[in-house]
Amino acid sequence: MHVIINGEAQTLSAGLTVADLISQLGLNQRRVAVEMNREIVAREHYGDRLLREGDQVEIVHFVGGG
Amino acid sequence: MADPFELAGKSFQSRLIVGTGKYRDFAETKRAVEVSGAEIVTVALRRVNITDPGKENLLDFLSPSRYTILPNTAGCYTADEAIRTARLAREAGIGNLVKLEVIGDQKTLFPDVPATLEAAKVLVREGFVVLPYINDDPIAAKKLEEIGCAAVMPLAAPIGSGLGIRNPYNIRIILEQARVPVIVDAGVGTASDAAVAMELGCDAVLMNTAIAGAKDPILMAEAMRLAVEAGRKAFLAGRIQRKLYATASSPIEGLLG
Repeated sequence: MHVIINGEAQTLSAGLTVADLISQLGLNQRRVAVEMNREIVAREHYGDRLLREGDQVEIVHFVGGG
Repeated sequence: MADPFELAGKSFQSRLIVGTGKYRDFAETKRAVEVSGAEIVTVALRRVNITDPGKENLLDFLSPSRYTILPNTAGCYTADEAIRTARLAREAGIGNLVKLEVIGDQKTLFPDVPATLEAAKVLVREGFVVLPYINDDPIAAKKLEEIGCAAVMPLAAPIGSGLGIRNPYNIRIILEQARVPVIVDAGVGTASDAAVAMELGCDAVLMNTAIAGAKDPILMAEAMRLAVEAGRKAFLAGRIQRKLYATASSPIEGLLG
């Protein structure tokens, strides 16, 4: 399955949820926010939101800024 | 002397708000923030580097239980981008404050005021506590207050320029009419600039580069803490009028004959 994560094409196995993806990336302990196809995925839906072919995913976090 | 800074129903001891960008590392960021005495810190929202997420994260060093985290919408050039960024920041779970920046031009980083107004309307409606970055423009300040922004944040000078307050008269007009806190945001270069802002009667000062870009950021953080405190106290104390000629401090009577 091909998806775009943070602007980069990635190949993932089918049937992954957002929670699985976050876990695979090692971001479990982070405060992140996730957008799929320009819509925010609420934290409580990470476990049931499946990734599909062609999905555009954004995973963001806080960095230093003014 | 108890003189709390009230912002959006919360009470703070410090009137210095600091940014967290441009430091060498998170340890230096943490140290500078600690020494500055700031209780509110700004952060930016960016993509996680998914090929190398890194072990450390800014919020591991600046705990949201200790600091009020103020996410910005820096780098956004349209109302839609700023709204999208604010919504994501809220979803990341550190509250509903947002430092709203809609930039109008890359070279000056001056705000796009109509776009800022547009974004502020939407975000206030969605329950955000909106703190907009604006020019030293009393009309923009007034309109943003009317929309329901929790404070107005006029710039002293362009972001990162270190020029200090370029138009103290406009800041005075903004202060005179505002019923929400006025926070000078951007353009401070050194301690005296921060003191001037506070002496004018501003409620707080927000800065990043002036501290992070100093040769010794930790020492500058301390200087800024003192400057903001000194400026605030001088404002409350009420300065003397400026006069062209001298007035002797020592009595005239009793001079030797």
